[in-house]
Amino acid sequence: MSLLEIEGLTASYGPVRALHGVDLTVGAGQVVALLGPNGAGKTTTLRAVCGMVRTTGTIRFAGRDLAGTAPEKVARLGIGHVPEGRGTFGSLTVAENLRLGAYGRKDAAAVRSDTDEWYSTFPRLAERRDQQAGSLSGGEQQMLAIARALLGRPSLLLLDEPSLGLAPLVVREVFAVLGRVRAERGTGMVLVEQNAALALELADTAYVLEAGRTVLSGPAAEIRTEESVRRAYLGY
Amino acid sequence: MSLVTVVAGSRAHRALRWGTIAAGTAVALAVPFNSSPSLNGDLTLVLCYAVAAAGLGMLVGYAGQVSLGHGAFFAVGAYTAAALLAKTDLHWLLALPAAAAVTFALGLAFGIPALRLRGIYLALVTLALAVAAGPVLKRAEPVTGGVSGLSVPQPPVPGWLAVDADQWLYLLSLAVTGVMLLIAVNLTRGSLGRSLLAIRDGERAARTAGIDVARVKTLLFATAGAYAGVGGALFAFALGFVAPESFTLLLSFTLLSAVVVGGLGTVAGAVLGALFVVFVPQYAGEVDQALTGIIYGGALIAVVYLLPGGAAGLLRRLRRRLIDVVEPTPQRGDNDAVPTSDTAPVGGQPAAGGVRP
Repeated sequence: MSLLEIEGLTASYGPVRALHGVDLTVGAGQVVALLGPNGAGKTTTLRAVCGMVRTTGTIRFAGRDLAGTAPEKVARLGIGHVPEGRGTFGSLTVAENLRLGAYGRKDAAAVRSDTDEWYSTFPRLAERRDQQAGSLSGGEQQMLAIARALLGRPSLLLLDEPSLGLAPLVVREVFAVLGRVRAERGTGMVLVEQNAALALELADTAYVLEAGRTVLSGPAAEIRTEESVRRAYLGY
Repeated sequence: MSLVTVVAGSRAHRALRWGTIAAGTAVALAVPFNSSPSLNGDLTLVLCYAVAAAGLGMLVGYAGQVSLGHGAFFAVGAYTAAALLAKTDLHWLLALPAAAAVTFALGLAFGIPALRLRGIYLALVTLALAVAAGPVLKRAEPVTGGVSGLSVPQPPVPGWLAVDADQWLYLLSLAVTGVMLLIAVNLTRGSLGRSLLAIRDGERAARTAGIDVARVKTLLFATAGAYAGVGGALFAFALGFVAPESFTLLLSFTLLSAVVVGGLGTVAGAVLGALFVVFVPQYAGEVDQALTGIIYGGALIAVVYLLPGGAAGLLRRLRRRLIDVVEPTPQRGDNDAVPTSDTAPVGGQPAAGGVRP
């Protein structure tokens, strides 16, 4: 059984329809890259999974139909979301942000050891644990957003442009951590990314959206060599 | 520059904090034995309003929701306690949780639909509640005694305590207020407070973090209602009498003024604001009745423009002049692989600690 199955998904913001039929499958522990130009519906697809927009079509997560499920319920089912523009809580400290990541969890001891693990993964967060998240640099906020989402121990992580606005070195660091998370925890991921080369490096499969539709899909290695993708997103 | 510098969390800092709390408690306990019965009565009223303002302050300060109907919850709490004591043999101590439960339930019933509304619309709906409270109290004569009100048997001074009635009522209210304020501090520092700040920072992000925004807001609204209810019950104890004219629309504005003047969402602010709304009109009224309104309005405008943190914020700034609390230098983890210069701890003050309510 696939972790996430999306079929014939449409979504609208009021009268404006943003998705016209997206199909996408994420296997357990798989990383899926979602590519496409601006306005193709990548972010909307992630929002649809989270229950943040009105949709038709099917979204099944671990065999369960997600239609009409509220965002907070989706989160508790095991879907972590790192929204575009970080999604950290600026007036809370780093430590408090992480505690919120474990919001639905009752296993206090495991939460503590998970938290310590994230502090050792991102030593900069440990140094700044009592600082307000709003005072962190962009890269640190992105690390915090990822750590916060993963503290909920999701089986699926949705990442919206994790490299946006980050220095190349920091982007490398973030992607290295994502690779490790996949390898060590078997967390499935949907990765929306402008940096297609980087995304295809990490991903197992890739989907290309255009104007709200899936136009191309396949193993990441094949998509990378696809003529149209190469020209449009990889730039050679 | 500050006179003294202490490190947050150090022994000196803890001693300072507990010293302040102990001194405050000592003063609060000593006051009734060194003042007149009428002043004790006024201070008891301060405590009633402080409890209600603490709840409203959480609602306004943490959720950013303005309730103009808090006077109605205060009234319902007062009448619940009054009716129970006047018409049944219930012990007065049980009237407090009863008042809290009734107003909490009312808050839930009202909060679930009302919190679908935002900002000005919520304020208007709660205003309607405040407007309706008086006439409803007058009409529901079998329970409320109508326009003539209800006489409340006041909690009797226990035999083992050699104090006068006014001192007893003050001490009783002080104990209840202390407990309620402690609970408020714990609520706002705990998971509820974190959730509320997260919602304020970004409602969408909070929901995707698993926070049930509607539930948290409704619970807070009901909790704020229960605080007003307990304040109202203490008010009924203190006066020994409840009548509709005590719970006019003005009461809701009075409570909101207490919150704004005192300082949003802080316990000290609730007490300072309550002192303001009880004593300022009294002294102003001695000079001229109309002066009360002018001072009230003037003070509100002055606070909004000059003291965004309210009186509590002012006190905090004054304290900072005397005592500077600095964060301890962060400890380096031993697994700290690349402590380059830009990741080195900045040391000293964390950024903008005062942004919180």
